Amino acid sequence: MVKPLRDLANFFEEAGKIARFAGRFLQAVWKPPYELRELFHQCYVIGYQSLFLIALTGFIMGLVLDLQTRPTMIEFGAESYLPAMIGISVVREIGPVITALMCAGKIGSSIGAELGSMRVTEQIDAMEVSGTNPFKYLVVTRILATMLMLPVLAMLSNAVGLFGSFLVENLKGGVTPVLYYNKVMNNLAFGDLIPSFTKCFFFGFAIGLVGCYKGYYAKKGTVGVGAAANVAVVLASMLVFVLDLIAVLIADIFYEL
Amino acid sequence: MNQPYSHGHFSGSPLIEIRGVRKSFGEHQVLNGFDLNLHEKENLVIVGKSGSGKSVLLKCIVRLEKIDGGSLWVLGKSIADLSQVELDLLRSDVGFLFQGSALYDSMTVRENLQFPLRRHVERSRGENEESLIRATLESVGLAHTVDMLPEELSGGMKRRIALARTLILRPKIILYDEPTSGLDPITAKEIIELILKVQQQYNTASLIITHDMDCARVISNRMIILIDGINYCEGTYQDLMAVDDERVRAFFK
Repeated sequence: MVKPLRDLANFFEEAGKIARFAGRFLQAVWKPPYELRELFHQCYVIGYQSLFLIALTGFIMGLVLDLQTRPTMIEFGAESYLPAMIGISVVREIGPVITALMCAGKIGSSIGAELGSMRVTEQIDAMEVSGTNPFKYLVVTRILATMLMLPVLAMLSNAVGLFGSFLVENLKGGVTPVLYYNKVMNNLAFGDLIPSFTKCFFFGFAIGLVGCYKGYYAKKGTVGVGAAANVAVVLASMLVFVLDLIAVLIADIFYEL
Repeated sequence: MNQPYSHGHFSGSPLIEIRGVRKSFGEHQVLNGFDLNLHEKENLVIVGKSGSGKSVLLKCIVRLEKIDGGSLWVLGKSIADLSQVELDLLRSDVGFLFQGSALYDSMTVRENLQFPLRRHVERSRGENEESLIRATLESVGLAHTVDMLPEELSGGMKRRIALARTLILRPKIILYDEPTSGLDPITAKEIIELILKVQQQYNTASLIITHDMDCARVISNRMIILIDGINYCEGTYQDLMAVDDERVRAFFK
């Protein structure tokens, strides 16, 4: 077969395998036993241990966004609209996407490497022969934890990002905390939060799914583990953008209605 | 050259009975009609070259790999026909010591031993979990490692802890995948002695695959030489040493 055709066939084959893996997750997630202890542990690892990273990137994002936009807004005499504009951009789009990309890098690669390493050192086989369903114990818990934690992390990122923007406004424009808060909140509706929050669930699902899939089926050897982590990050980041596009298109239909 | 073999004092219905098992990966035929009987309290050693299908055979016994043909009975149950629940129950009677130990590296030694125990609560036989873990670790001589992580253990210690994790469910059969590979001769000897000790202490039957002929000589009651996916030759260590066949003699050189 010609190489581009072969690559295309491989792409669809891989997509089909990931879809089957997702289907297996959707089947397994409802059935007992529920590995709650491991789920809470993964929520701690994925959520709590990412707090600092997400807060830092969120803060820098809000601060830089304000600094970069400010001169142009001043030029047009629209400085007073800055908090509202930053509020909407951060909450609707930048906060969730930046958080998801950071998580794809940190969590996707860590899941891919961890499961990949467990696969090549036969720990997954050991789990299976001890009478544990490794798919439920390792995969279901990690995907669920990523789905649950990503919206929480995104909300944190939004809040810290707005704080970063407020600092710039306060230091450069003398905007008080109350004024900044009012300007942001008067322009944000509950309808802005719902799509933002919802798409974070799907981002979390995609990141967890790809990380688990690549790690769970890692090929033998250290090269396989490295490849699992690497591909997990690339694929998860790409899926975040694709899902974001779909989410924005759907949300746009609702905004128009 | 399949030689007739007398089971000697190992009689009665076998714990593992394999008849004509076939397994291939793509074009590569790994097992091509393999037969085996493992009896109570027996130490059966399978030797073969790397890539001859020894590890695949062990994985087939616990259904980590599915067989393409033939029949495979473990403790009187056809492994291919078991539901997942039945299989999990059966697996608690069959311990598996992996070549690289396969300890869960994010868990301490205690958690490694707790993991199978909590999934088979009935196996604790009403004993306190902590005392069961202590007793099992003491039987492999590593009670002091209970709070250590696998990364803090040497290769030999990992192998012992993996054996303890297997023993904690008090299995009837233990499958050993290259138990001495990658170990220095002294540690390998200690592991061999430990295998014999736990076999006597817990009355288990052992199926050991190895290419370490010293290990085979000391441990085995009976040996099978796996060549071309079949049990090419079987008998005691001394029987096989006397066989006049170049392919068999190659193992003893």
